[in-house]
Amino acid sequence: MAQHRVLSPLPGIFYRRSAPEKPPYKEDGDRVAQGDVIGLIEVMKQFTEVHADASGRIVHFLVDNEGAVEPEQPLAIIETD
Amino acid sequence: MAIEVIKPGLATSVQDAGRPGYYHLGIPLSGALDQYALHAANLLVGNEEGAAVLEATLLGPELLFRAPAIVAVTGAEATPKVNGETRPRNESFAVRAGDRLTFDYMKAGARSYVAVAGGIDVPPILGSRSTYALGALGGFVGRKLAAGDVLPVGSAAASARPGRAFAADLVPTYPKSLELRVLPGLYFHRLTEESAKTFFEDTWTVAPEADRIGYRYRKGRTLKFRERKQPFGAGSDPSNIVDAGYPYGSIQVPGGLEPIILHRDAVSGGGYAMIGTVVSADMDRIAQMQPNNLARFVAVDMDGALKARADYRSRFARMVASLR
Repeated sequence: MAQHRVLSPLPGIFYRRSAPEKPPYKEDGDRVAQGDVIGLIEVMKQFTEVHADASGRIVHFLVDNEGAVEPEQPLAIIETD
Repeated sequence: MAIEVIKPGLATSVQDAGRPGYYHLGIPLSGALDQYALHAANLLVGNEEGAAVLEATLLGPELLFRAPAIVAVTGAEATPKVNGETRPRNESFAVRAGDRLTFDYMKAGARSYVAVAGGIDVPPILGSRSTYALGALGGFVGRKLAAGDVLPVGSAAASARPGRAFAADLVPTYPKSLELRVLPGLYFHRLTEESAKTFFEDTWTVAPEADRIGYRYRKGRTLKFRERKQPFGAGSDPSNIVDAGYPYGSIQVPGGLEPIILHRDAVSGGGYAMIGTVVSADMDRIAQMQPNNLARFVAVDMDGALKARADYRSRFARMVASLR
């Protein structure tokens, strides 16, 4: 099966949950559909949602919660259907 | 002629050379944070020096041209695309009515400048078309762009044509780690002897909050100010002073924690000690720093600051002279 990498659209801090007390949007191994939110990028006091751009199963996240990211940096690997 | 905003990007605004002369009234300079890239973009499309362009931060917009135009993109390393096809940066190109301009990832640098022959023709406010979003003043109805906005464009100069470019070695590059030159003062003497050293020794990381108002840096050692009885009118924290005017480029360190360099949309005064001022020649380089990029501060004296300014002007003049 093909693997697809979800890339960060912009630099900032990557969050895997919508709020500190909330569960992560997705865990390693979870199924995702194209368009699902898998995380947030915080930059310039704005939060931008990161959407899965392929459907399948998340093999694993490549960046931890609150990790610093660059534009085009891979955030997660999806095994596509 | 008009341009429709399909997607605005993260923070795209109309900017020009700025609105100097009103800082004493609380209205900041504004204008393109990277003035070098602004002037370069205007030259490439045959615009006058004061013409307004679009400044796109960290994530490029998607723009739909309603009429043919000559366009140039300068600044950050984000490849422009017309209908999905790559176009060069730092070189003018033609678009047709109905063409869509998009951008690839910003691989280096933080701000792209999009000049259109004729300039973005929003009404000047206090002599400038620049957006000051905090004050809801100027630019396109006083704010950053939103999807659906339609931007008026002025009349192109007869000299506007595709294929104009500068000598490639005179176009700036944007390293992810750099040195910023600082003239210490007005309140540098208020730092302890140790902090006066660590400020220049440490490597500082651009915080994700960094924006047009101020560039915030973190991950250096906390700076300590000398003990004193705070004067009447100053706050209780030793990083506080009695309110004073803030110069453009000045560095304040609230609580001694994170240095903030005031940029072109900064407030004009307040009660934080300014430990130094970044030289004017390096303000464009700050504008191109992404969050998580690294900086070290290097002390210069006034002669060093003026030399840096002269070098900046001479490099710019060489770039202008190389225009073909």
